[in-house]
Amino acid sequence: MSKLPTFIEQHRTQIPGNIPSARLCVDREQWIEAANAMHDAGALLLSLWGVDDRDRDRCFAVYAAFLLPDTLLVVEYPIQVKTAPRYPSIATWFPAALRMQRGLYDLLGIAVNEPNADTRGWLCHGGWPEKFFPLRRKVDGGRQFPAGSEPYPFVSVEGDGVHEIAVGPVHAGTIEPGHFRFSVVGEKVLRLEERLGYTHKGVGKRFEGLSQSEGHHLAARVSGDSTVAFSWAYCSALEAITQIACPARATELRALALEHERLANHLGDLGALGNDAGFAFGLTQFSRLKEDLLRANTFAFGARYLFDYVTPGGVASDLPLDGSRLLLEQYSAIEGSVSNLRSIYAEHAGLQDRFREAGKLETGLARKLGAVGLAARASGISLDLRIDHPWPPYDRLTANLIVQTGGDVAARLEVRFDEIFESLRLCRALLGGISAGPIQIPVPLAEPDLLGVGLIEGWRGPVMIALEAGPDGVIRRCHAHDPSWQNWPLLEYAILGNIVPDFPLINKSFNLSYSGQDG
Amino acid sequence: MFDVLSRMLRTGILTEPAPIPDDSSPVVEGLQTDLRRILGRALCIRHVDAGSCNGCELEIQALNNPYYNLEGMGIKFVASPRHADLLMVTGPVSVNMEEALKRTYDAVPEPKWVVALGDCGACGGIFGTSYASRGGVANIIPVNFTINGCPPTPTSILRGILETVRTPLGPGRTTSSADIQG
Repeated sequence: MSKLPTFIEQHRTQIPGNIPSARLCVDREQWIEAANAMHDAGALLLSLWGVDDRDRDRCFAVYAAFLLPDTLLVVEYPIQVKTAPRYPSIATWFPAALRMQRGLYDLLGIAVNEPNADTRGWLCHGGWPEKFFPLRRKVDGGRQFPAGSEPYPFVSVEGDGVHEIAVGPVHAGTIEPGHFRFSVVGEKVLRLEERLGYTHKGVGKRFEGLSQSEGHHLAARVSGDSTVAFSWAYCSALEAITQIACPARATELRALALEHERLANHLGDLGALGNDAGFAFGLTQFSRLKEDLLRANTFAFGARYLFDYVTPGGVASDLPLDGSRLLLEQYSAIEGSVSNLRSIYAEHAGLQDRFREAGKLETGLARKLGAVGLAARASGISLDLRIDHPWPPYDRLTANLIVQTGGDVAARLEVRFDEIFESLRLCRALLGGISAGPIQIPVPLAEPDLLGVGLIEGWRGPVMIALEAGPDGVIRRCHAHDPSWQNWPLLEYAILGNIVPDFPLINKSFNLSYSGQDG
Repeated sequence: MFDVLSRMLRTGILTEPAPIPDDSSPVVEGLQTDLRRILGRALCIRHVDAGSCNGCELEIQALNNPYYNLEGMGIKFVASPRHADLLMVTGPVSVNMEEALKRTYDAVPEPKWVVALGDCGACGGIFGTSYASRGGVANIIPVNFTINGCPPTPTSILRGILETVRTPLGPGRTTSSADIQG
């Protein structure tokens, strides 16, 4: 790792967060220099967002959060203009920023200073006026506009025999909406272009003015399958800025819930992947195991899905009396069945034929695109916040890193299998050494204008919340970031050269959130 | 192959009895008869996510696991609205999905039921109405039945479906989405 430029070393100040975090205020030149330095240091772009602070600081600002080996660095560039704010794009170093920059423009009207920038709406599909920027401070987010839609020119591929297949936004199954435009020759995919944003429901604006003690309900619903990760990230940020330490028992129960969320999603995906390759037996078996786990959740946490289980200052309920015993029995049952099913999958020639070499994403490309989470680990990138930046209770749990180098559907499947066993180990360790004591402590109101971050490794990848407090216990601004932002573009590359009928399988192997990225 | 068969045998049949509808009418056994009487065949459901957080989707998927034996009761999820009798809609209707939802609704042949699923489908939930959200499904297309919950459990979804099909579809109960939105 190269040394960071002096202005970064000297001027960064610590900010509250569940992992060591710092903030750096920069000017236009330093913004570019910082992005360059972050790239050279091998940092990962975690998120990019903007704010309208004209009411307080007379400026707009853009923020970029980078993950360095020892810290999370939030770089802030205040833009001192009254009209048409602009900032330099950082996509040269971090291609993952491209869509975030488009989203930022749609919500705030802060554009990149780039003559060739993609100006097609990402979150705005024409359903509200072009010059209506919902996240601007004085804009009334409750306004409704008559339905309208903008044409969206997809990049077209020309040549002999090339044709387009348009899929979505409504898909043929119980899945979220999004549009995929394939350019194909015969069955072979030459290009895939994703168009997302269909489930944008104004989460960022909805957070504004919400009471700090209620924000976790909304955070829990940014992406339902990662509800524990998001609500924990929110509560971590709030607890960091109010300087309270969550009781040990509560953090352990949160980790238990987070690992259950990982288990439930992985079990579901393993079944769905079998099914997408024509092996319905796999779906039956894994969906049964998932259902068993969800029922154990009802017993242990009071609900099948853990919406609102993580609350500011702790968790909503304690384990029932013989909760531990029942959960341990459940873990053994899952472990035995998953081992058995893993060998069935491994020995099934037809399945392996579909999984191997399908949707391959090489390590170098994955790194360049800024891949995160499960998909990154399946492409040989060692990246897991629970290991690299452990927050309580992971600081004493020592999770093991799971990595596969294949980068194909098979590798993403194997990462899931391995992570199931590792999660079960962590769950047992958590239950075995669980602390006594309270599960909830009161959270005071946060000081106005404090910025705090919460960063949690959800089952899909790092989930981030950047929370800024307002006066009288309200939220001034809360930015929720789902790892799907970084990983959706990976799919556009992984599909290249594959055949159209393999798309559902390859898409499922990533299993990204539409709602999480649309916000 | 031996492993697969042996696992199937060891797993056995997991299906549980179907839930009793809330009005405690005598039931579940009668469900297939009811479906045959009303539809003359199985009930086909098309699901549309109109902006959900994906929590409701997880529970709809769970409904297809072996414990609930959905197809055994004569209910199945289909891939096209043109094959459907019932449209199951989740999420607050996002502004960006409004048109797709209306088109899907119009593609379902008459007679049809619409079920709004989850607290968001019922009233917009925590997202409410805003520049980006139209709130509950009934603000956009006619809704026959609402199933609350965040997310509703598979059992309550199943119970809701049973109650929906037992509600007679009177003339004029379904209208084109265009009539509502003007």
